[in-house]
Amino acid sequence: MRPLLIAAAFLAGLAPALALTPEELLKDPALEARARAISAELRCLVCQNQSIDDSEAPLARDLRSLVREQLVEGKTDAEIMAFVVERYGQFVLLKPQLSGETLLLWGSPFAVLLIAAGLLLRRRRAAGPAPEAPLTEAERQLLDKALEEPRV
Amino acid sequence: MITEIGHFALILAVGVALYQFLAPLYGAQTGHAGLMRAGISAALLQFVLIAVAFAALTHAYVVSDFSVSNVFENSHSAKPFLYKISGVWGNHEGSMLLWVLILALYGSAVALFGGNLPLGLRARVLAVQGAIGLAFLLFIVLTSNPFLRIDPPPIEGNGLNPILQDPALAFHPPFLYAGYVGLSIAFAFAVAALIEGRVDAAWARWVRPWTLAAWMFLTIGIAMGSWWAYYELGWGGWWFWDPVENASLMPWLVATALIHSAVVVEKRNALKIWTVLLSILAFSLSLVGTFLVRSGVLTSVHAFAVDPQRGLFILIILCVFIGGALTLFAWRAQSLKAGGLFAPVSREGSLVANNLLLCVACLAVFVGTLYPLALETLNGDKISVGPPYFNLTFGPIILPLLLLVPVGPFLAWKRGDIGLALRRLWAALALALAVGFAVFALQVRGPWLAPVGMAVAAWLVFGALTDLAAKISLFRAPLATSWQRLTGLPRSALGTVLAHGGLGIVTAGIIAISLWRIEVIVALKPGESADVGVYKVTFIGESPLTGPNYTGQVGNFQVTRDGHPIVTLRSEKRAFKPSGMPTTEVGLYQTLPGDVYVVMGDEAADGARAVRMYYNPFVNLIWLGALVMFIGGLLSLSDRRYRVGAPRRAVAVQAVAAE
Repeated sequence: MRPLLIAAAFLAGLAPALALTPEELLKDPALEARARAISAELRCLVCQNQSIDDSEAPLARDLRSLVREQLVEGKTDAEIMAFVVERYGQFVLLKPQLSGETLLLWGSPFAVLLIAAGLLLRRRRAAGPAPEAPLTEAERQLLDKALEEPRV
Repeated sequence: MITEIGHFALILAVGVALYQFLAPLYGAQTGHAGLMRAGISAALLQFVLIAVAFAALTHAYVVSDFSVSNVFENSHSAKPFLYKISGVWGNHEGSMLLWVLILALYGSAVALFGGNLPLGLRARVLAVQGAIGLAFLLFIVLTSNPFLRIDPPPIEGNGLNPILQDPALAFHPPFLYAGYVGLSIAFAFAVAALIEGRVDAAWARWVRPWTLAAWMFLTIGIAMGSWWAYYELGWGGWWFWDPVENASLMPWLVATALIHSAVVVEKRNALKIWTVLLSILAFSLSLVGTFLVRSGVLTSVHAFAVDPQRGLFILIILCVFIGGALTLFAWRAQSLKAGGLFAPVSREGSLVANNLLLCVACLAVFVGTLYPLALETLNGDKISVGPPYFNLTFGPIILPLLLLVPVGPFLAWKRGDIGLALRRLWAALALALAVGFAVFALQVRGPWLAPVGMAVAAWLVFGALTDLAAKISLFRAPLATSWQRLTGLPRSALGTVLAHGGLGIVTAGIIAISLWRIEVIVALKPGESADVGVYKVTFIGESPLTGPNYTGQVGNFQVTRDGHPIVTLRSEKRAFKPSGMPTTEVGLYQTLPGDVYVVMGDEAADGARAVRMYYNPFVNLIWLGALVMFIGGLLSLSDRRYRVGAPRRAVAVQAVAAE
C-alpha cells in the first residue's frame, strides 16, 4: 500500500530495519512518552508522509535525538514544536497549524457538513411532511367503482 | 510470436472499442435496432481481444522472455511461479492492461446478462463503457505499451520489487481494480439515464447489483492491502493515511453512499438526481485514484514508473469523463422528475444523513490528500498533511454516522418515530452502555476514547443483531416461527445485518489497536527476554538464511505465557538478489485476543540485536469484520430480487407498487 514510501527509503539507500532504536530511548518513561507524542506529529523530511519514529533516515534520527535532548533540558512540548518549526518550516508538521493558508484544509469538511445539513433541514421544513395529493378523476372513478361493488 | 499476437490483439481492441462507443450510441439516438445490438457483440469481442493480449503478456512472464522490455524490467527467472504471474500486474503497464481487462469483463457481463434491459438503455451503457475502454486502451498503446521489445535481449531480468513478492499483494490489485472498475458500470448507467432523461425504480434495481459488486471488491481489496501493510512492512500499523490508501478509500466511501441512496430511488422514487450524481462521483474518484497513483503527482518518487507524459494523458482522460459527465448532469438533471416527499425523521431521512456524512468524510480525505499539492501549486508553500489531520477530521465526521447506523433500519419510510426506534433498540443500547462502563472500569487510567469507542462498536454489533431479531420476531413469536422467518428472510436483509455488524467488528478492532497497543523496543542478546503484553518473548539466537532469490539472517524467538511455551517465531532480514534490496519478515503469532509481532533490527554495538515488538490486541477484528461485510454484500448480491439482470422493468414497477 505504501510502495512510494518504501521506494523513497530505498532510493535514499536506507534499510527498512528499525526506526527508533533501543539506545535512543530515554530512561524516564514519562519523558519518553512525551517524546513519542511529539515524534508522531513530526515528519521525516526526506521520506513520504512518514513520522520520524517510523523512519530509518539519518535526518529523522537527528530530529529524534534533538527532541529528546530538549526534553531532558526541561523544555515544554510547545517550545520544542516551535523550535523545530522555526528550524525546518511548516513542512515538518504532520498536523498543519491553523492559519490563513490552512483555513480551507481544516474548515472545509466541517463547513460543508454544516451548510449542507442546514440547507437540507430548511428545505425539508419548508416542504413539511408529505402532503396528500388529491385524487385524480380516474382514481376517483376507480374508487367509486370499488366501493359500489358488493362485498363477497 | 505470441507477444506479437498479444500486441496485435491490443491494437485491434482499440478499433473495436471505438466501434462499441459510436455504433450503439448512434443506433440509440436514431432508433436503429441493429446498431444498438452491435454494442453487444463489440463488447464481447473487446473482452476476447484484451484477454488474448493479457494472456500473451502473462506467457512472456511465465517463460521469462526478457526480449520483452516490460518483462526484463520487472521479472527475474529465479522468481517463484506465483510472482511471475502476479508480476504481470506488479508494474505500471501490466496493471493498466489488467485495468482494461476488468473493464471489458464488466462490459461483456452487461452485454451477456443485460438481456432484459431495454435495448436503448443497454446500447447506451455499452457505448459509455466503450468510450472508457477506448480512452484507456489508447493510453496503454500510446504511452504504456507492455509489448515493446528490446534488442539484443538481456540474459536476466531486473526482478520484481521484493516487497511486492507476497501472496496478499499478489491478489490485492485484481480485487481493488475489480472494485474501481466496477463503479464504471454505475457511471455508464448514470450517463445513459441522463441521455434518456429517465430514472426510475427499475433503473435503481439494475444499478444496485453492479455497485454492490464493486463495493464488495473494494472492501476486500482495501482489507487485503491493509493486511499486507500490517505484516509485510514491519511497522506494526495497519493504516497510514497514505495517498495511495486514500485513493482507494474515497471511492469506497462514495460507493457505500451510493448503495444506500439507490435503495431510496428503488423503494420511494426519491433522491434520483442525487443518486445519478453519486454514480458519476464514485467512478470519478476511481479515476482520480488511478491518476494519483499512476501519474506520481503526489510524490517525486514512486515504486512504479513516473512519467509526466502519462500523467498528462490520464489527466486529460479525467477531465473528459468527469467534466463531460458533470456537464451532461448540469444540462439534463432537471429532466429527472423529483419523486416522493418525506419527513426529516424517516428511513429516507436517515439514508440522506448517511449520504451526507459519508460524502463529507470523503471530502475530508480528498482535501487532506490534495491540499499540499494545491497549496504548493498556488504559492509554492510546502505543508504536510499526515495521520493527525485525518484522525481529527475523519473521526468526528464518521462517529455520528456509526451512531446512526443501527437506528436507520428501525425508522419507517416517509415518516419515522425516533423514540419508537430507540425503544425497540433498548437492549442493544443497554448492552452498548454496559460494554462502555466495563471498559472504563477495567482499564486503569486508560485513554478516555476507549470506553466510548468500544461502546459504539458494541452498539453497531448489537444493533445489527436487534435488527435481525426484529425481522424474525425473535422472543415475540414461538421459536419455530422465528426459525421459519429466518429461513424465509430475503438474503438482502441478512446482508444488511452482516454488513452493519461487520462495521461494528471493524470499529472494535480499530479502537483496540489504536489505543491499547503495547510497544517494546529493546536490545536483546541470545537468551535474554522481554515482556510483551501477556506474553514473554525470549531471543533464542540467529542463523544465516538462503532463499530462492535472497539471502539473509533469521532470528528465532520463543514466545511463552505464564511459563508455558506457545510458539517459536522466526523474524527475518532478507537481501534480494537482483537489487540487493533489504526487507524484513515479521515474526507474527496471531490470535483473536491479540497478536505478538516481532521485528528484528540491526546488530547493536555489544553484539545484541535491536528488536521491536508489539502486542496488538484484537487487531484481527479489523480484517475479520471486513470479511463479514464482504459476505454480507455477497448475500445481498445473491438475493433473487437483486440478482444481476433479474428484474424486468414492468415487473419491477409492479413489485414496487405492491410494497
